[in-house]
Amino acid sequence: MKKKLVCIGNGMAGMRTIEEILKLEPDMYEISVFGEEPHENYNRILLSPVLAGEKTIDDIILNSAEWYTENNITLYKDEKVIEIDRIHNQIKSEKGTVLEYDRLLIATGSTAFIIPIQGHQLDGVIGFRDIKDVNTMLSAAQTGKNAVVIGGGLLGLEAANGLRKQGMTVTVVHLLDSLMERQLDKSASSLLKCSLEDTGLNFKMEAQTEAILGTDGKVSAVKFKDGSSVDADLVVMAVGIRPNINLAQQAGLQCERGILVDDTLQTYDPKIYSIGECVQHRGQVYGLVAPLFEQAKVCANHLVDLGYSRYEGSVTSTKLKVTGIDLFSAGNFTGTDDSEDIIFQDPSLGVYKKLVIEDNKIIGTVLYGATLDGSWYFQLMRDQTDISAMRDKLLFGQAHLGDSGHGDENHILTMPDDAEVCGCNGVCKGDIVNAIVKKNLFTVDDVRAETKASNSCGSCTALVEQLLASTLGNDYSASPAHKPLCKCTDLTHDEVKDEIVKQKLTSIHAVYEALDWKTPDGCASCRPALNYYLMSTFPDVVEDDSQSRFINERAHGNIQKDGTYSVVPRMWGGVTNPAELRAIADVADKYDVKLVKVTGGQRIDLFGLTKEQLPHIWADLNKAGFVSGHAYGKALRTVKTCVGSDWCRFGTQDSTGMGIKLEKMTWGSWTPHKFKIAVSGCPRNCSEATIKDFGVVAVDSGWELHVGGNGGIKVRVTDLLCKVSTEEEVQEYCGAFMQLYREQAHYLERTAPWIERVGLKYVQEIIVDDAEQRKLLHERFLASQDISQVDPWAELAKKPNSPQFKPLKRIAA
Amino acid sequence: MSQQIAIGTLNDIPQMGATTVETPNGRYAIFRTRNDEVFALRDQCPHKQGPLSQGIVAGHTVTCPLHNWKIDLSSGEAQAPDEGCVNTLPIEAQPDGTLLLTLVD
Repeated sequence: MKKKLVCIGNGMAGMRTIEEILKLEPDMYEISVFGEEPHENYNRILLSPVLAGEKTIDDIILNSAEWYTENNITLYKDEKVIEIDRIHNQIKSEKGTVLEYDRLLIATGSTAFIIPIQGHQLDGVIGFRDIKDVNTMLSAAQTGKNAVVIGGGLLGLEAANGLRKQGMTVTVVHLLDSLMERQLDKSASSLLKCSLEDTGLNFKMEAQTEAILGTDGKVSAVKFKDGSSVDADLVVMAVGIRPNINLAQQAGLQCERGILVDDTLQTYDPKIYSIGECVQHRGQVYGLVAPLFEQAKVCANHLVDLGYSRYEGSVTSTKLKVTGIDLFSAGNFTGTDDSEDIIFQDPSLGVYKKLVIEDNKIIGTVLYGATLDGSWYFQLMRDQTDISAMRDKLLFGQAHLGDSGHGDENHILTMPDDAEVCGCNGVCKGDIVNAIVKKNLFTVDDVRAETKASNSCGSCTALVEQLLASTLGNDYSASPAHKPLCKCTDLTHDEVKDEIVKQKLTSIHAVYEALDWKTPDGCASCRPALNYYLMSTFPDVVEDDSQSRFINERAHGNIQKDGTYSVVPRMWGGVTNPAELRAIADVADKYDVKLVKVTGGQRIDLFGLTKEQLPHIWADLNKAGFVSGHAYGKALRTVKTCVGSDWCRFGTQDSTGMGIKLEKMTWGSWTPHKFKIAVSGCPRNCSEATIKDFGVVAVDSGWELHVGGNGGIKVRVTDLLCKVSTEEEVQEYCGAFMQLYREQAHYLERTAPWIERVGLKYVQEIIVDDAEQRKLLHERFLASQDISQVDPWAELAKKPNSPQFKPLKRIAA
Repeated sequence: MSQQIAIGTLNDIPQMGATTVETPNGRYAIFRTRNDEVFALRDQCPHKQGPLSQGIVAGHTVTCPLHNWKIDLSSGEAQAPDEGCVNTLPIEAQPDGTLLLTLVD
């Protein structure tokens, strides 16, 4: 029999937890939900836009009636729970429903605090908390003229803005001398007050309310301690919220300001969990939405008996949802004794930015008028990123860190319509903006599908995102962190990889079946990715699916614009000799090669070969001792070397010999994306090792190992991994690094973005600090090489008449 | 006038793959899906004439190897937002696997 879970509270916290539970163990519980309001679960933080007339109630419903039915959840709406009987594990409702529970979740949220001054019970005095309050305000706006909002915090200002937009004359009353003092410093606060005054709001600062006056039981005015008064047909109290803990208190659960919970969101009764605005965790009571998402994940984890995750508190940020006003704040924005402020202030432009720095980390920020970088600063703050290296540019925003040389958002706004955004596909700003407006596009993926912008190299993605943001305004939300592998699935790269390992999936179709793929054959994006993940996970079992490889890897050459191919024979370490060169020259003559070119990786490229010629030219090159150079694959490309100590007067080690050894070890290995190595014989670095995926630089005392470089779209200099002293160590570190990359990076992710994603420290901990892991990784690399180090040319050259290479038939005219 | 010509058998083409046939009207790509359906399309993407026979086949579409246009195998139409169409020819597999391509003059 299923265990019974009862949730008291049908709000965002409770339902988010239920959703998390359903994701983990959909069949574990029989779930019942009690809600005091007569609605399904809706997005409470969007009540302000509803009040302002920018959204409707329907727009903000999160879980429809069908959702409850589909998930077998019994919803008791408009029904208040009045008692928890902990002895019999039962709850009772005001309508007389009695339910037993195995686990109880209290998510009763909070209510607006109504100051108990004279007149607070008059008709027309409300809080701003639920749909009912919004409806009261909307109908008051139909008949009444004047509204007073008591409280100049986030909620009060959003209410005031909404009422003003509904046509009321609104006065905001605030006890202190600056608005939103819990989120803003004085400078930002006074900018905010000016902008709001410009929209027509009135403010009465440092004002203490003495009484609310009424006639015939209905509110008529608000009177202040200084003797003045303001007419009012509606009074909204927005001075704070109080956690709803009555029910828990009556049941004898430990409460202070909120219901006390531990790091697993469990209350003092082990059968009872609590979450959201009604709880107090490590002394903190939260009134914002972000923490409850984090809490819900942890709470669900324990409710389904997984029991391994912990909630350790949240860092929160604030955005004011008043159209036309950009405001963002997070963390400690007033600073400490040891902190420093970096401030940018331009009153004419209405821009104010402040970052509070301590120990080279951001501990707080206030942004007004230019909030584009708010989420970035918030991320740096949460991750406690050391910002010393970018300190001089930090305040100007992420765009100024040199991402592909594009400018910031203002730059976007001032760009002419015919300015090219996507250089790969020749798409202009005007094309993109038109497509966004006319075709109702909301995501980068939409824009890619419609215009092809950012569809090739991806370096303009940030620019496209900014165009979306500036064109759509508030409706744009940045691409989610949870990014599906492709359109055939909702799972991310990591989730798919995990399932392949967990369920021991060994074919692409097994993956489709086990993971409910949306398309029967996948697509040109997921098939190569899955083929790679399968082969790299189970190299000895999985058979390579050549139909799931891009043509270059199937034809072992690079397809050119006219459909011909180019062929690159391998030259170990970039070293050749007259006999090899003669052989190449002979082959070039025999097959009428159209162009012979030296590549950036020190090899010779032969252009203009038809597919039919490929097996023949391979056979001839094989005969001369060459194997495939893999210049076409997501694989080890080349090991570039300089001449080193044998010849160079500056050389400190035999870099050429080292390069040849590395190439003999690593050739033939398939990687998530192309992989380039170089070895330099001294720090002059003639082989450009510091822009390679794995770069080796010889120094007098040994070898420096560098990783994560890239000379392509976005140039990235390598990070120094470590220094070693012997050639054997260079090989072991190289194999281990390549294997770690092969096992953990996403398909088509170069080492540079991979290292930026996981962090150099992570890689160092595994490869440098942990000798045992390094050895194991290197062993796994070599074991996989036993299987994959086969010359594909030799294999295919045996079958020159295969219909893969020549037409099946030639039909004469 | 049209004529049916035997060009080979189903087994000459890998599943979810393609081969080519030279005709007096140019080269055609012959596709075989996972369910053993066959299609014949001019081996030229309407975009920049890329060889469709070299693309990745999934369901009833092939992705051109040059710039990733997706072409419908049965209609020859490019998938939106791209616009263009490539010529198709009737082709059928006999019960013994022989492929009969219909050439139209």
